[in-house]
Amino acid sequence: MYGKGIVKGLGITLKRLIETYIDDIKWGKKRYNTDEGIAHRMSKDARGIFTVQYPEEKIPVPEEFRFIPFLIYEVDENGEKIERCTSCGICAKVCPSQCIWIERTKDPKTGRPVPVPAEFYIDIDMCLNCGLCAEYCPFDAIKMDHDYELASYERTIYNKEKLLKPVSYYASIRPRNYEREEKARAKAAAIKNARKKQNIR
Amino acid sequence: MATKSFSIDEVKENFQEINIEEDERKGYSGLIVETDKLVDFANILKNKMGFDYLSSVTGVDYLPDNMMEVVYHAYKSTGGKPMEFKVQVPREKPVVPSLVSVYPGAGFQEREAWDLLGIKFDGHPNLKRILMWEGFAGHPLRKDWHEAYYEEDAKPYKSRWPNGRDVHLAEDRNPYKKNVVYPKDFDPDKWNPEGEDALYLGMKSLQKDDDLKTEQIIVNLGPQHPSTHGVFRMVVNLEGETVKKLEPVMGYLHRNHEKIGERNTYLMNIPYTDRLDYLSSMSNNFGYVLAVEKLMGEKAKPTERAEYIRVIMAEFTRISNHLFAIGTFLNDLGAYFTPMLYALEERELIMDIFEATAGSRIMCNYFRFGGVARDLPPGVYEKMRDLVFDRLPRKIDELDKYLTNNELVRVRSEGIGVLTPEEAIAFSAAGPVLRASGVPYDVRRAEPYGIYNRFDFKVVARNHGDVYDRYLVRLEEIRQSILIIQQALDQMPDGPIINGKPQYQVRVPAGEAYGRVEGPKGELGFYIVSNGKPNPWRYHVRAPSFINLTALSKMCEGDKVADTIIILGSIDIVLGETDR
Amino acid sequence: MPENINSEGYDIPPEMQQTVAITTLDKIYNWGRKYSAWPMMFGLACCAIEMICTAASRFDLSRFGMEIMRPSPRQADVMLVSGTVTKKMVPQIVRLYNQMPEPKYVVAMGACASGGGPFKGGYNVVSGVDKFLPVDVYIPGCPPTPQALLHGLMKLQEMIDKQSIKNVRWYKREPIEEIPIPILGPDLIDPRDLPQIRSNLHAEKNLGIKEN
Repeated sequence: MYGKGIVKGLGITLKRLIETYIDDIKWGKKRYNTDEGIAHRMSKDARGIFTVQYPEEKIPVPEEFRFIPFLIYEVDENGEKIERCTSCGICAKVCPSQCIWIERTKDPKTGRPVPVPAEFYIDIDMCLNCGLCAEYCPFDAIKMDHDYELASYERTIYNKEKLLKPVSYYASIRPRNYEREEKARAKAAAIKNARKKQNIR
Repeated sequence: MATKSFSIDEVKENFQEINIEEDERKGYSGLIVETDKLVDFANILKNKMGFDYLSSVTGVDYLPDNMMEVVYHAYKSTGGKPMEFKVQVPREKPVVPSLVSVYPGAGFQEREAWDLLGIKFDGHPNLKRILMWEGFAGHPLRKDWHEAYYEEDAKPYKSRWPNGRDVHLAEDRNPYKKNVVYPKDFDPDKWNPEGEDALYLGMKSLQKDDDLKTEQIIVNLGPQHPSTHGVFRMVVNLEGETVKKLEPVMGYLHRNHEKIGERNTYLMNIPYTDRLDYLSSMSNNFGYVLAVEKLMGEKAKPTERAEYIRVIMAEFTRISNHLFAIGTFLNDLGAYFTPMLYALEERELIMDIFEATAGSRIMCNYFRFGGVARDLPPGVYEKMRDLVFDRLPRKIDELDKYLTNNELVRVRSEGIGVLTPEEAIAFSAAGPVLRASGVPYDVRRAEPYGIYNRFDFKVVARNHGDVYDRYLVRLEEIRQSILIIQQALDQMPDGPIINGKPQYQVRVPAGEAYGRVEGPKGELGFYIVSNGKPNPWRYHVRAPSFINLTALSKMCEGDKVADTIIILGSIDIVLGETDR
Repeated sequence: MPENINSEGYDIPPEMQQTVAITTLDKIYNWGRKYSAWPMMFGLACCAIEMICTAASRFDLSRFGMEIMRPSPRQADVMLVSGTVTKKMVPQIVRLYNQMPEPKYVVAMGACASGGGPFKGGYNVVSGVDKFLPVDVYIPGCPPTPQALLHGLMKLQEMIDKQSIKNVRWYKREPIEEIPIPILGPDLIDPRDLPQIRSNLHAEKNLGIKEN
């Protein structure tokens, strides 16, 4: 009998439907629009409805998630932005699609390069979100962003202004990485200071 | 560095009348065969020595030596090391005898070498362009051929740093039209694209005067078709509803992976390999990294923990890929979207793991030379355990229960698209297609790589070689993968995840290497030639879904037109890999 | 009703608010189109996988009225260009676009469709579908996650919402010109460039004669 397969198939769908309502009753209001509810729908015990209703609910972005790169600046005591980037060019060299353009600042008097980028462009329509720039940046200056809501009506090239984000933002999206890197930076700075002192002596 | 698999004297005994030499260039291995005697050589190799499976055929353009080389990798279908042999021809007149008569699986690969490198294969039955269109000017993989956007021979480009000023859109900077060179005798008004007509004519010539005449019609399936799994096109000659002849047309997603790969540095290629078979990026990473590590030798030996993570990731990839394959397969059968939805739910959970560890759902870019990019973040290990010890086995059993004995699935797929074991080997089919035909050949067992020899798993094989068996092989392979992950999770040690410090400039000594893994689609091989520079001289991908298509015409002939869709679905192609 | 389409300034009795709306023609027209933009079932490359995932259960495209993916361009409203546009494929894409009835929209999903992406340098890759088709929304990312795609589609809905019957192109008197289909020559030829190519070739030839 050929109908059996179809009936069985419909039964499966029905089972899912019922499971959804059973879970709805069990969970009550907590099921939707709460972190707990989303986490449950992403866990091994998820059954019935599986949908996370973007944009009202959003799937939590894991820390390692990477989208478009951004540059980090720190704010000093006077409230001035200090860019971490030294325009060493490693990110531009390592970028597989060659979507990074950097212009190094030159001292107007001497003409010698200053370790700050004069301009920094990323063509986000070439970027393949691989994260190699962030991985190999020796100054922790370029990192991968979590913001994926970037659709626009025009093609854009990101310049330095658009790419720069405060270090506090970085700490908020990647707390674990931030902590680890800060420790390493502090250690490196301590070694450097010790060396300087030695040299002065 | 490639290891020698056979002593030259032993091999020479079999070929008294054929001139063969050992390749003595540093870092190279294999045999160099006299060009004229290549077919005789291959015949003896196949029939007397048992190397019945021709894995890869590719050409290399040695511009400085003014020489073209065609490299073949043959294996025994019972397992073991490869026999690598080459022929060398002058660059001005690159003509090589075709091996299609001995190994039918060479068909598409020789066409590709003709298309991209301009090597003529004497005696090939259908030597047309395969990835580019007929009429395209030049053979793009030749080293002296420059594309429209040509900037420099190797990345990184100098225009990016330290004076990367005045950037508008990248194409404004390097305008496309200015760079296009048309041949001298080109006249746009008289231009007549020859390829299409020739293709249809080739399909028509089949018509015979039979007693009972039914009208033969030629139908195009694709390149935009809901069930060709991407931009793939099949030109079908139909008699009534029966397929008389079928010709696959591809190249609609030819993204010049190999040309770009030869400009890239070694590290840059890793994210590009993600985009080959975009359903199983981790496996692609694995294959590529393996090939480069072979060249780099001991200093790039992966650490113990990295080896385990690699295996776990590769097997998760296999599960997610097979889930997708099963879902689309039922889609093709006409079950519309529902089974696919259920299969994709499990896949999403695996994607979550990839996203948490590697940072992206499908473009993982996770493997590095000598290890992996980063360690498992907290919580992921538990999540993996939850999946492989609890959810996945349960859900796979559920799928099995619903689908395997469904009479509609069975009626549609049993006895359709049959490939006998002999044919499967001859056509160089790989992966589930080969194993469903009763050849238990799995690179993980035949020539173990990584740490696969430590795990206990079965090589799944079935005997009918039809569409249904391919589905069953995939389902069973998911179970075996779950088993492997379970063992790997239990045994995984702590420790560093990469050998040495992560470096963006890797030094790869000159030489050649062929690294292969058992990808979800089949044997995925990377052939890399290095000349000691930061970017590879030749970078070739042996794409399983491309080579599996060689057998498509054979499988479809005589079946109904509706079945071609499920036969194609059962091969499980991904166009990113087919066209590269 | 998922949202308020009422025009401001009209008092509707509370008991009738669920059944009656006073609105402009534009609003109701756009409201209807916005929630029934059927995409064409048309996957090109990696992004197509994310598009399928978007249509699957976790992200569920049908919440936006877009679940009906039409394989035929004649029934589709939105062309989701999901992946690398190659030179070999672009004649077909333009042809499909020409076959779509108005109103039609093009969404360039991912880096490749927007600007060639990582494959931009390749000899068979068109650097962005906007070289041939008018693109309405660009979604960056390689590939955009399903949520990013949904965000892009919501942007498209926003755009549809702002259009007015008075000046949309498909109600204008003059006929809408079709986009000429590119030719696969020695390289890809855009028919719009033919005069330029002819004169270039002519100049080259003359130069060759002089040199000889």
